[in-house]
Parts: sequence; structure tokens; C-alpha cells
Amino acid sequence: MRSLSRHQIGPASVALLLGAFLFVFLIIPVAKVIFVAFQDPNTGALTLINFSDFFLTSLFQESFVNSLYVAVMSVVFASVIALPLAYFTTRFNFSGTLLIQTLGVIPLIMPPFVGAVAMLLLFGENGSINLLFDEWFGFTIPFMEGLNGVIMVESIHYFPFILINLSAALNNIDRSMEESAQNLGANGIRLFRRIVFPLAMPGYVAGASLVFLKVFDDLGTPLLLNVNKMLAPQAYLRITSIGISDPMGYVISVILVVFSLLSLWTSFLALRGKDYSTVQKGGGGLMKRDLNPLEKAGCYAVVILILLMVLSPHFGLAILSFGTVWSYSVLPDAYTFQHYLQMFSSSTQLISNTLLYAGLAATIDVVLGTVIAYLVWRTNLFGRKWLDFVAMGAVAIPGVVLGIGYLRTFHEFNVPIIDKPLASWWVIIVVALAIRRLPYALRACVAAMQQISIALEEAAENLGANKRRTVFRIVVPLMSGGIVAGFITSFATASVELSATLMLVSTESDAPLAYGIYEFMQSASGRGPGAALGIVAVVIVGAATYASHRFIKSKNVEFTTEVTVATGE
Amino acid sequence: MKKLIINYTMALCLAVIPSLALAIEGKLTIVTSYPPDTTNTVKKVFEAKYPGIQVEMLKKKTTAGIKYLQETAANNTSDMFWASAPDAFEVLKGDNLLQKYEVKVGGIPEKVGAFPIHDPDGYYKGFAASGYGIMWNTRYMKAKKLPIPKRWADLAKPVYHGHVGMSAPSRSGTTHLTVETLLQGEGWENGWALWKAIAGNFKTVTERSFGVPDGVNSGQFGLGVVIDFFGLSSQASGFPVEFLYPPVTTLVPANIAIVKGAPNRAAAAAFIEFLLSVEGQEVLLDPKIRRLPVNPDTYAKAPADFPNPFKDKTLGAAVKFDLMLSKGRYNVINSMFDVMITYRLDELRAATRAIQKAEEKLQWSLIDGLASAPNDEAKKLIQEARALVDALPITESKAGEKGFNSIFKKKRKKATTKVSGRQAEVEQEWDSQVKANYAQAEKLAGQAAALF
Repeated sequence: MRSLSRHQIGPASVALLLGAFLFVFLIIPVAKVIFVAFQDPNTGALTLINFSDFFLTSLFQESFVNSLYVAVMSVVFASVIALPLAYFTTRFNFSGTLLIQTLGVIPLIMPPFVGAVAMLLLFGENGSINLLFDEWFGFTIPFMEGLNGVIMVESIHYFPFILINLSAALNNIDRSMEESAQNLGANGIRLFRRIVFPLAMPGYVAGASLVFLKVFDDLGTPLLLNVNKMLAPQAYLRITSIGISDPMGYVISVILVVFSLLSLWTSFLALRGKDYSTVQKGGGGLMKRDLNPLEKAGCYAVVILILLMVLSPHFGLAILSFGTVWSYSVLPDAYTFQHYLQMFSSSTQLISNTLLYAGLAATIDVVLGTVIAYLVWRTNLFGRKWLDFVAMGAVAIPGVVLGIGYLRTFHEFNVPIIDKPLASWWVIIVVALAIRRLPYALRACVAAMQQISIALEEAAENLGANKRRTVFRIVVPLMSGGIVAGFITSFATASVELSATLMLVSTESDAPLAYGIYEFMQSASGRGPGAALGIVAVVIVGAATYASHRFIKSKNVEFTTEVTVATGE
Repeated sequence: MKKLIINYTMALCLAVIPSLALAIEGKLTIVTSYPPDTTNTVKKVFEAKYPGIQVEMLKKKTTAGIKYLQETAANNTSDMFWASAPDAFEVLKGDNLLQKYEVKVGGIPEKVGAFPIHDPDGYYKGFAASGYGIMWNTRYMKAKKLPIPKRWADLAKPVYHGHVGMSAPSRSGTTHLTVETLLQGEGWENGWALWKAIAGNFKTVTERSFGVPDGVNSGQFGLGVVIDFFGLSSQASGFPVEFLYPPVTTLVPANIAIVKGAPNRAAAAAFIEFLLSVEGQEVLLDPKIRRLPVNPDTYAKAPADFPNPFKDKTLGAAVKFDLMLSKGRYNVINSMFDVMITYRLDELRAATRAIQKAEEKLQWSLIDGLASAPNDEAKKLIQEARALVDALPITESKAGEKGFNSIFKKKRKKATTKVSGRQAEVEQEWDSQVKANYAQAEKLAGQAAALF
């Protein structure tokens, strides 16, 4: 075994620290839970019999197929939504760009279960749209029936992943590439197929694989729509039912993890051996051209149509928050401010908690994400790929599994000074959120890293900069777009996460927003205040996202070109 | 002299007890499944009475609450568990996680309906009664021209196809009781047949028990099988809904208990005493809560149409609920319901619809009275189809068997309990049977319909 060279000691110790963090807060808790999957339910002996049961059970086979179908279809629909938006904003001088970049991220800032409530009221079988259709045309459209509903809610909720990553990639393409291609006679489709599309590939694949994994693993949406023949709900239903904690729930968790890692690996393979980095980072972005009035009108029509659709959960929620009774009617019976008053009188702490938790978690995530991305792509440390895999694996851990794992692992560990079990200290919620959202930040950072040519670092080192200086003066600034994108996705999604927090909140004063909304939504009279809280969540998290992005932008303005919310990396 | 001392001591006690009670201090952590409407209202009145106590309500779904208490038992920080389903408390009691407590306040009868109000073993206390019934959205019923149901069996009628919602017994303790009540009231085979006939009309099986009133309130489906306070409180919140107790229902107590090793036992005891006192019982009548108090005197202050189980003896009296029977097959019932109904809802619905259509055609043919009509043949096919849908994978005695139940138990109790088979294995066997039966039933019913 060769000894570590002097250059590697720094990265190696950082890698060790990181590994230890992931080991303690991800691997051990999850292992404690999924260990059950390998135990004989009767004797407790180690066995694989549960896995053979899984593959022999037709219910699980069907669930597996359904999960796969929903995930693939969601990627397709999310791409259909995101591609035009990304293309218009990066290709044309289009005044709607700011609108798209701002509104396009908003769907992420809403707990999926809240979105599903609003979508049911609008698009359900007896929702507003179908009631109108029934009255006008005498038929209804099953938007929300079974798997359709899940696909619809998921693609609307998660398409920003593709939008953010893809527009970032498009904006990072070196304009000279396009110019050279045009000088060589490439145009239109050929230019897109041979130059633009391949160069934007890392961004698209990063976004699409996130959508796929998230949908494959998502629990809240299918549960709220009462679709239970999918893998994640099956695992959840089996783990949380009273008295039944048969190993199958844990087996499904293992399958989810394995399958997610597999698809991740496939996306690695798809990109392997292709160098997407470009040396120059100055004339970033595609050539923009002006639109003639007709084209402009067409663009606006498409964009407005898409935005109307993706923002429909927000419209629904807004109406719900102002409406009195909304029952089997197109719109509520009357409108009131009462829900907001009621909500504000009791929920300010929920809001400050959320900002604190999500802010801390997202900060941890981008730091870890940047470090891992660097270790994986710029060093040759042994096992560096594993860091990436393990960190990404978090995406496939159902929140409830992580929650139970934390309770199991950290409840008997008392934190010194405050003398409280770690599992009931609010910091554990931050850790859980950071772990759950790390994959988002990581993907964004890795995509950013992939687009930086190593030649730039070599140049810096040739000029006498040491490793540290290179990282802080060259790599991080060039990645700042990706770091912003990672921070925003982690922050926004962490502030609306529910499944792990539901297990970990141990006192009411520690509860975050999503928990409060969930709680409100559990009673007939709480629907209005719950919706009002949801709207407040969207506004506040949106504002915080915008502010954090402005802040980071102002710090890095000299290194990046055109960093805006949706032009991440 | 002796008498004097006793009198003196008693007087002293009487003088001291209230001041002691008021002097209780500290934080009281209650793990509860109740919505803020209930918890905040009760908390406000309680804290006004005991200014020294800060009540902390930790909201968890019943199932998650149990998990939470189990996982944190080694280093417990919760004082009380407060939820509806008695069987949730039975699970905690079985895990030795509850603390015995003797109630001091008087005026609470021994039983409500056929159910003892307090746990006979002394671990958990009933503070309110709940019954199960049917709620419906009046706008929905009017728009779809549906009649108002009166009894469970009505929900099985073809007119309600696709309009009914319910939660699954494995997901909601209260739903479990509804299912078990009907099984005990109608008998094992008839009870299951009725459930399947009703389930054939389901629009959906919701994941949470609150999903049912939520669906009815917003009009996603028209009728729901719910616990009374969901119906009553939805109505009080202004939704166009109504609620009815069918003749076969059980009134069961909603409960509260002190957690073993509670950090603040004195405050926990004070909370129980408060909840059962006249003052605490009256809080339950609040329109946002709407639970049936267990102190009969409280009903004097209730609104005119408020159901009173202590006066209306028909309420909840039709079935003598056997708690031990229920406990003995708890997980098997959950699993059977999920395998036969929850996870095969599409297939069950399709088979039910086919049978309903065939029966309708047969009905018309009988009315027409043509001698040449293939009525008998169709009737036979329909009967066969029904029998296939109704077929159960196991008998009642098997469902109650101890060894068989332990396959479904979460804990390996004793090494001596013989267990053969695994839950997943058993369920897969049932599932393939059920799936084939439903498919065959749909086919037979289709053949019957094709005869006309």
C-alpha cells in the first residue's frame, strides 16, 4: 500500500471526518432499522427469506411496477414542463424570464401533502374544474384518479429540479462553442443535437435523476391521494401500523435504497467518459436573440399556460385560506380573513423554527456537497466514490425510517450541558434535514464541478497557488452558481419536509411549519388556518430563498455571470 | 375522642388537599392524537385552574405515538398518552409502558353502552364516549340524487357505488373497532360479507381516519364511515354534512393514561382528575370538540339534539362488544381487511359492479316475467359470483388461534410459542386466492349479464 503523499493528507482527513459524520448520522441509524429486514421474523436469526417473500408476493411486484411507472412518467411530464421554460429563458431575450425564474421554483416550496389537498379541491373528481366540466359538457376528466393523480402532483412539484439544473447548464455553456459550430455550418436542430444538448446533458441528467429518485421514494403524495399500491407507501404502512412491524416494510426500504443507488449509478455510467467541462468561463450562456412579435406571443402563451398549471396548487391553497366553507362547489361559499388571524395568533414560533432549521441544514449541505464534489472529482483518494454514493443514498431513505433510526440510536445518548437525550434536542431535526437534503446540494455541486475544467486549477497551481488557495480562490467561486442552486433547493425543500420531523419533534416549541400545517389539517375547522399557514410558508420561504440568493450573489458577483435563481450552477 | 381526632384529621385533609392540588407545578408533556381544537381548548381551561403547570401537547398520530413511546421508553420524557382507540392503550399496557392510577373524582358510571369506561386493570381511564356511524355531504347527496342511508347494510346498495369512503383498520384504531363491531354483531361470515359488499362501493380507502371526514367535507366522496365526533365537529364547523348512528354500533371510551416513569406524575394525576370533573366534562361539549361526556350529569348542559348514551339505551346496546375476542385476533383482522379490501380494491370494485349490473338485469327480467328468460341460470351464476367474493381465506376459529396470531405479532413473545409461517407468506397465499376469486366472480357475473 502506498503511503499518502503530502498533498493528500489534507483531503484525506477531511474525507475521514465526512465519512464519520455520514457513518454516525446516516449509516448506523438506517442499519439499525433495516437490520430487521435480514432477521427471520420467528427466530431472529439472520436470513434472506424475507427478500424471497418480497419477490414472490404479487402485491409487492405490482407496487414495484407502479412505483417505476409513476417515477418514469413524472420525469417525462416534468421534462415537458421544464424544457420549454429553460429553453426560452436562456435562448431568447424574453421579458418573461424573470417571471419564470421566480415562479418556476415556487412549487418546491410547498409541502407535497398540502399541494395534494389543493389539487384535489381543484382537479379531483368533484373538484372545481370537473364540476364545471360536468355542468358545461356533461363529462369529467380523471386527472387525480389513482396513479394519474400521483404523476400530476409529483411532476408539478418536482419539475423545478430539472428547470434549475438545466437552465444552469445551458447558461454555463461556452458561447464560443456555439459560435464555432455555427461558423462550421451547424444550425437549428443539428446545432441543438450536436452541441447544445450534449453540453447541457450533465444538468439535465442531474435534474432528471433527482426527480426520478424523489418520486420513486416519495411517500406523502401517494398517501394523501390514498394510493397505496406503491413501494414507499407499502413500506410506510407496514412500518407504522400498530402491532404489525413485520420485516416486509424494512425489506421494501432496502429495495428502495438499492434501486435508487442503481439508477444513480446508471446515470453515472451514462455520463462516464464524457468530458463536459469547458475551459473558458466568461462568455457563458447561449447566444440570445430577439423574438418577433408573433413568436413572442407564442412564447408567452406557452409560458403562461405552464405557469398556470404549475401554480394551481398555490391558487387552490390561497382560495382555501380565504374561503369559509368549500364543499362540493366550484368556489368557497364566502371569504374571510379569520383564518389568518387565527393562524397568526398561534404560529409565529413555527415560522422562526423553520427558518432556523432549514437555514442551518442547507448550510451544512452545501459545505458537505462542495467538499464531496471536490473529493470525488479532484482527488484520487481511495473510496471517494463511496462518499458520493453514501451521501446520495440518503435520497432513498424514507423519512420515517431515518426518524425511527434516530430515535433508536440517539435516545439513550444524553447531550452534555443541556442534559437531554440527543434524539429530543432540536439539533437532531437539523441533522435529519441536512442528511435528507444533502443529495440535492450534492448533485448541484457535482454538476457544477463537472463543468469546471481542471486546466483552470492546474493553471493556478502553476502560478504558485497551493491546494487550499486554489480551492478557495478558483474552484469555489467558479462553483458558486451550483452552490447557490444547491442551497436553494436544500433550503426550500427542507423547510417543507415532514416525514422525518413528524417522528423527531419532541416538544411543541421545537416544531417547524410543515408540522404545524399537518396538525391544522387534521381537524375540520383547521383546514382554513392550515391553508393560511401554508401560504405564509410559501411567501416566507420564497422571500428567504430570494434573499439568500441575493446575498450569495453579491458576495460572488465578480466570479459569476448572470447568476439568478434559476440559472444556478 | 377518637372520633374527634378522625374528624379533625379529615378536616385537615380537606383543607390541605385543595391547596396541595393547586400547588402542583412544572411541565406536563402529553402525547396525543387530538387536533388543536381539542387540545388547546382543554389546555386553556386546565392551565387557568392550575397556573403552576405548563401543558405541552405533543401531537402524534395514534400509531406514531405508540411507536414514539416504545422507542423512547428507556429514557422517557412524556407524562401522559391521550387518544381515542382503547386498543392503542392495550398495546401500550401489554408493553408495560403505562402506570396504574386510581381516579378520585366521582359520578362516572361503570359502563357506557356495553363497554366499561375505565380499564378494569386500572391502567387507562375513559374520559369521553365515541360511537361509529355514517356521515354524508348533503350537497353531494342532492347533486347525485342519493337516498339517506339508515343502517350499515344500506351502504352495500348499488346506488352508492363509488360514493363511500372509509379508513383501513390497520391504519386507524377507531376504524378497527367499527370493523370488529360489525363482525361481532353480524357474525364472522355475514359480517365479512357485509364489509365486502360495502367496500365494493368504496371510492377509496383513506390512509388516515381523518381522511374520511375530510373527503366528505370537501365532497371528494359523498358518504363516510366515521367516528361520531368527526361528523359532529365537521357539522359544527359549518360544513354541509350530517351524521347518523346505525343500529349496530358500539360506544367505546376515548382514553387517557399516565406513562410509566412519568417525570411529572402529580401534574398528570391532576390532569386526569380535571378531565373527569364536572368542569372538564363540560369542555367536551364545545362545538369544536363534540365528544360524548362520560359523566351523565353533563348532558343537562348539552344542545337539544345531542346524543345521550345514558338516556338513549338503544345507542350502542345492540352489540355486546367482546374486548378479549377483539384483542385475540386484532392483527389478523387488520391483515385480512388489507389483503381482501385495501390492496385489492380495484378488483373488488370491478367484481361488485359486475354483480350489481347482473342483478339489475335479472331484476328487470323478473319484472318482465317472460317464461323463456334464463332467470334461473343467471341467478345461479350470480350466486356463484357472490360466493366467490364472500369467500374467506380462514375460518373464525383459525383467526382466533393463538399460534396463528403470533405470526402477525410484532414481537417474538416467548421461545415456546410455536410459530410456523411468516406474515408475508400467509398474506401472499391469501392474496392469490382473493385475486383469483374476484377475477372469476367478475367473469361469472359478466356471463350472467350476457344471458339477457
